[in-house]
Amino acid sequence: MVTQSLTAGAVTPAATQSQAEWRDWVLLLKPRVVSLVVFTGVIGLMIAPGHLHPVLAFTAILCIAVAAGAAGCLNMWWERDIDAKMRRTMRRPIPAGRIEPDAALAFGVALSVASVLVMWLATNTCAAVVLAISIAFYVFIYTMWLKRRTPQNIVIGGAAGAFPPVIGWAAVTGNIDIMPLLMFALVFFWTPPHFWSLSLYACKDYGAAGVPMLPVVAGGRETRRHIFFYTVLLAIAAVLPWALGYTGAVYGVTACLFSAAFGVFAWRVLRDKQDDTGRSLTGDIPARQAFRFSLLYLAVLFMALGVDHVIGHHG
Amino acid sequence: MADFPPRPSPVEAAELHRRQRGRNVAILVVLVGLAVLFFAITIVKLSKA
Repeated sequence: MVTQSLTAGAVTPAATQSQAEWRDWVLLLKPRVVSLVVFTGVIGLMIAPGHLHPVLAFTAILCIAVAAGAAGCLNMWWERDIDAKMRRTMRRPIPAGRIEPDAALAFGVALSVASVLVMWLATNTCAAVVLAISIAFYVFIYTMWLKRRTPQNIVIGGAAGAFPPVIGWAAVTGNIDIMPLLMFALVFFWTPPHFWSLSLYACKDYGAAGVPMLPVVAGGRETRRHIFFYTVLLAIAAVLPWALGYTGAVYGVTACLFSAAFGVFAWRVLRDKQDDTGRSLTGDIPARQAFRFSLLYLAVLFMALGVDHVIGHHG
Repeated sequence: MADFPPRPSPVEAAELHRRQRGRNVAILVVLVGLAVLFFAITIVKLSKA
């Protein structure tokens, strides 16, 4: 029996390495998250004043993408225990046993260091420093410190996802101005209603994994109030770039319309039929709709920033 | 006597080789891409200097 288990333990790493396909390594980088990060980074780079050679601009975006992927990889490495307990994440490469945790750690660290160094070589120190801060914030502040300790994890941790447009801007200008901070605020205030909408109906998974997401700790009713409150803050943050004169009417009108629509979705979440414990009696349909709309919302607003810039408004 | 893991069947061995080949090709593509990228960055930086 002992011999058998020792043998099994000895062959596991080799077997695991053989099981991994190149797609598994790509999955470690959370490609869906990276695509949104790249999009906001491109817009930040695009609307920044000044010019960056296309090769260097491509390199900057590549570094933002790789850094975001590396941070996602390190997140998966750290959270492999809770990933294994949640339906949504149990098929990820590490909990599914296709990639060894140590290999994922090495992969994430190597990509993190490489992305920061290449960013520094290709663009400037400011962009490289902000890129390094964004990785450190996501891995150390959000993943390792906040996520398992406080139901406000998403609020503070959401800052990690707000860095890319700032990095894109810094890659061109070498500094940080008001406009990139406004883009930061837009993503920062978008994250809580986006993620809490998801966590409302993925609540059981988080509870089983022991992650203190707001619905687990404070209940559905309180979470719905938080979603609505942060959607109002988001609407203010979204309109600010236009109100302060940094963008034109295309962005302004888009921000007003889509923020009003998001407000309607958040109101429906707030008014969702629920029992005494705050559990939805409608299968969380409003929360699911709000989550889907939140994805569209951020994409459209950043696209509007880009379109606004292209048609000639430079603030 | 140490126990050795059972030999993979021909089908399993073919599958393992396919995966290994896929990983090798991916590494090749990444390395060639990096070489081209560094070359391009160097040319751009030198042309600016």
